[in-house]
Amino acid sequence: MSAVLTAKGLQKSFGAVKAAVDINLTFDPGTVVSLIGANGAGKTTFLNMVTGYLRPDSGQILFGERDIVGLKPRQITKLGISRSFQIPQLFNSLSVRENLLVAESIAAMDDPQAAADETLTRFELAPYAAQKAGLLPEGIRKLLDVSMALSSRSKLLLLDEPTSGVSADEKFAIMDVVMGAARAAGVTVIFVEHDMDIVARFAGRVVAFYDGGIIADGSPDTVLRAENVRRYVIGEEIPHAAA
Amino acid sequence: MKAAIVAIAPLVALTGLALLSPQWLVFMAMLALAKGVVVLGLLVLMRTGLVSFGQGLYFGIGAYAAALLSHHLHVADAAVMLLAGAAAAGLIAALLGLLLARYRDIFFAMLSLAFSMILYGVLVKSAALGSTDGFNLHARTFFGVALASGVERRVFLIAGAVCAVVVALLVHRLLGGHWGRLATGVRDNELRVAYLGASPYRVVYVNYLIAGAMAGLGGALAALAVGHVDPEMTYWTTSGEFVFIAILGGTQSILAPFVAASIFEALRTIASQYAPNVWQMSLGLAMLAIIMFLPAGLWTLAERRRRSV
Repeated sequence: MSAVLTAKGLQKSFGAVKAAVDINLTFDPGTVVSLIGANGAGKTTFLNMVTGYLRPDSGQILFGERDIVGLKPRQITKLGISRSFQIPQLFNSLSVRENLLVAESIAAMDDPQAAADETLTRFELAPYAAQKAGLLPEGIRKLLDVSMALSSRSKLLLLDEPTSGVSADEKFAIMDVVMGAARAAGVTVIFVEHDMDIVARFAGRVVAFYDGGIIADGSPDTVLRAENVRRYVIGEEIPHAAA
Repeated sequence: MKAAIVAIAPLVALTGLALLSPQWLVFMAMLALAKGVVVLGLLVLMRTGLVSFGQGLYFGIGAYAAALLSHHLHVADAAVMLLAGAAAAGLIAALLGLLLARYRDIFFAMLSLAFSMILYGVLVKSAALGSTDGFNLHARTFFGVALASGVERRVFLIAGAVCAVVVALLVHRLLGGHWGRLATGVRDNELRVAYLGASPYRVVYVNYLIAGAMAGLGGALAALAVGHVDPEMTYWTTSGEFVFIAILGGTQSILAPFVAASIFEALRTIASQYAPNVWQMSLGLAMLAIIMFLPAGLWTLAERRRRSV
């Protein structure tokens, strides 16, 4: 099966800081991949390069067969890559339903009203439909942000810390809804996450970032147990490393 | 459909006004209508979160386009003048919009003001365009039908009312659907709009163009009402007046600009009649009162009333 997304030799630096050092990654259709790593390891930089917000200094990003380096976020979104944000990006003065209507109308649905209603149900947002987005609790804002990203034409969904800012007891419920919707839509998911319980539960594959490079890539079991991942990403004290 | 029915009432009222009232009232109603159209255009722009302090530019272009047709090309048809006013302003807005649609907030406001003052400077300096005095225009026909002297303004008022109602219905339709939500989206969060696959620049550009063309139409209407154009129409105080009326009326309804423009004209007429030396101060105090007590404009009163019923 050909890959949905392929990154080849991506490099990016901000002055002396190397945010991406020779990143090579391939993502297969229908998979759920988690990107982990400490703050500043280069996860969000990777998402920003894929969505066209940042341009890599060198390297290629292929969406299917097409090189998307140099395209604008808007053009990349139109091709089928959509994203949610660590801080939800909503239209605060519009109602939840209107937020979804804007999203579905831009996606050029024949019937944006029906599509919006379907999304409301699928993301369990129906009780909030008439509320202004600016007044919602954080967990609901997160869900709305993802639901707007996941329009009918998405093929690849990028989630930047979908559970940050959400209380511990809500995290799993929110991820259940998000992943259920993503599966129903048949999209490939790449999500950045700091909570290792969430990663272990929802990811089929884990990629660990450290200092702009990749230090581990594989199944959650293998990657989350790897010693360098436990030390650099999870931040465990490993006795013999003290010396 | 409901909006179309609601629109018939002001149309009938204005026609009655045009036929029955004294000339001074016809004149005042026309000016209010002209400014209402300009301010409604401003409201379209404000939906994207941008305020232009330079709509006088397009108001002036519309007026001068109409007047030049009459003065230099000897076209005396009012319908042609109105169309030319809107078209000329729309054309210039299409050009300047390419640049202005990149700017936001105070930068957009100041840049739009700068362009209007450039036109003011050009008009004041050019003898061919009448310099500071401007020049007269005279429309003698409407859609080819000759008008008896004395009734022109009454006919223009009806024409203006039809224009205003048609434009207002179009704006109502535009803002009530996807485009209105998208424009609000641009105002709230451009990043999200781009990441949904739409171009915020394009939304701002189109709304700027619409606002420009509407200001041009308003300018041509005003020129027909006054029978004279001068550079004052592009001066920043004229642009400020439009913003004043927009704040006075509020942004919740397409009727608000027209109601506010009528109140503004009445207020100014009364103030300059009874307090000729301090009429600007009277307007200033009125503005202060509106901002303090009705921050969302006069339309708040209508909303409150509806809620209490």
